[in-house]
Amino acid sequence: MLLLGIPGALALILFHYLPLLGNVIAFQDYQPYLGFTESEWVGFSNFAFLWNGNPEFLNALWNTLILTVIQTVLVFPVPLVLALLLNSLAGERLKRLLQSVFYLPHFLSWVIVVALFQQMLGNAGMLNTFLVQHDLPVLHIIGVPDLFKALVTSQAIWKDAGWGTIIFLAAISRIDQEQYEAAAVDGATAWQRLINITLPSLKGLFILLLILRLGSSLSVGFEQIILQQGPVGIQASEVLDTWVYNNGIIGGNWGISGAVGLFKGVVGVLLVVGANKLAHAFGERGVYEK
Amino acid sequence: MTTLEQSTVAKDRVSVPARASGKRPPWMEKPNPVTQAVKFLALVICVALVVIPFWSVIATSIADQTTINAAGGGMVMWPKGVTFSSYAAVLSGGVVTRAVVISVGITVVGTLLSLAATAGLAYWLSRPNALLGKPVLMLVLGAVLFSPGLIPTYLVVKQFNLLDSWWSLILPVLVNAFNVIVMRAFFQELPQELFESAAIDGASSATILFRIVLPLSKAVMAVIGLFYAVAYWNAFFNAMLYIQSTDKWPMALVLRTYVVNQTTIGGDQVSAEVLPPQLSLQMAILVIAIVPILVVYPFLQRHFAKGVMIGAVKG
Repeated sequence: MLLLGIPGALALILFHYLPLLGNVIAFQDYQPYLGFTESEWVGFSNFAFLWNGNPEFLNALWNTLILTVIQTVLVFPVPLVLALLLNSLAGERLKRLLQSVFYLPHFLSWVIVVALFQQMLGNAGMLNTFLVQHDLPVLHIIGVPDLFKALVTSQAIWKDAGWGTIIFLAAISRIDQEQYEAAAVDGATAWQRLINITLPSLKGLFILLLILRLGSSLSVGFEQIILQQGPVGIQASEVLDTWVYNNGIIGGNWGISGAVGLFKGVVGVLLVVGANKLAHAFGERGVYEK
Repeated sequence: MTTLEQSTVAKDRVSVPARASGKRPPWMEKPNPVTQAVKFLALVICVALVVIPFWSVIATSIADQTTINAAGGGMVMWPKGVTFSSYAAVLSGGVVTRAVVISVGITVVGTLLSLAATAGLAYWLSRPNALLGKPVLMLVLGAVLFSPGLIPTYLVVKQFNLLDSWWSLILPVLVNAFNVIVMRAFFQELPQELFESAAIDGASSATILFRIVLPLSKAVMAVIGLFYAVAYWNAFFNAMLYIQSTDKWPMALVLRTYVVNQTTIGGDQVSAEVLPPQLSLQMAILVIAIVPILVVYPFLQRHFAKGVMIGAVKG
């Protein structure tokens, strides 16, 4: 019994816990040829970016926070709206069919999604081909720094909004139908039933998802952004994850990148714990019980 | 977020609401034709946004030179002349063909190894009073909660001399801790009397796993296997990090280079007497990357519709 489980446990220890310990490089002047054990210990000096106001770090942090806010405000509620729309359809078979269509983009990799967007919206893409054929001016959407955040956001919606409906549809289906019936008998309109029954029933779930979202708020679409960083430049597109990659793996500043990575992880955990405390304070369940 | 996504899968079974019959309950008012029309229109637009890109990518991949020229060198919605020469070109040797073989290999080997490691670990943790059961369970739960950063993971992979090896695409993601928890919950719901009587009859744990547990767990193995397979096929990030030699590239890196970055595809990359249009070649590569997902998708969907993972959330 033990033997069958050992490969799996070993994989977790070697590729999950060993790297977790490897975060010690955040406190070292790590040199690849010296390794974890021989590299010099430098205390907190790698974290100087936090109080020195390193402009590149601040730019990456700023872009990350803007994207997080945009994505939380715009991307996050889309699945709920889509789920309500789907749920208001009477035909079960039509609904199933639509669900199949909407879930599909989730299973495509970011490389494919980015390629599809290029072919649709790029300078030689479908939209612009259509515009040129009708003697209309070309719309430059892809590769424009000012539109980068909007582009990234719409890609996130395209890929995952449909998949996000699953959890809302499941929650909606668990709402007691008798509530709706009683409300309708008392004269509540469909809109009033939505506002007073459906949405309040989804509040707990919404808060739960929001807390989880908060926990990953310093991670915004690494693969998605690194793929499209070239044409728009660092200023518009650098986020913390890409900064860590560009500085560490590409630039060889191991210690500092490790420090940023650790900072990100710690902040993420703190945000989840904090938001959960807040949820408890407002009488909600949150992610875990007290 | 994979953890959350997969836990939601469990609940999809119940997404059949009380109105499963599809009929309007007697208390509900007749739908207003205007709102119905607006809803319908909104959904049609959403469907179009998903379907049109796929459609035009496929159409362009099989369009001949004249159709593409007629479209001003851009994407095609309706190919007048159909040719499969771009597929022939990319699939008859060269960098794309090699990448397809590599990606298929990584997906097959990776999925099998992942399933074996996940099932083994889940089975260990599902047995009551297993040796070291508690600490190993904490190990798995901890791995769900804390993820190591990019840099330390890279350094560990480097330390193990896995850089530029296909194993770097498999071993670091061999076990998804969340999948272990889902599978363990499934194993725990199997009738335990079966195991006890088998043990009394002298069956070893391996025999119990292979003769009793696995045959009863085909559904959960299928879903988790499909999730692993999709992840291996799609893997881009790790490939970008760890694979340096061009001749070891999986599909994702080929896609990035020739489709996203639009590096010119020439006679060195594909084999064709007359080179098909660049755009057709690019779209053919894109279609080849999408097709496996489209093929397994109905199975995936049937399984998450069946909701084999109910109870998984209990952890």
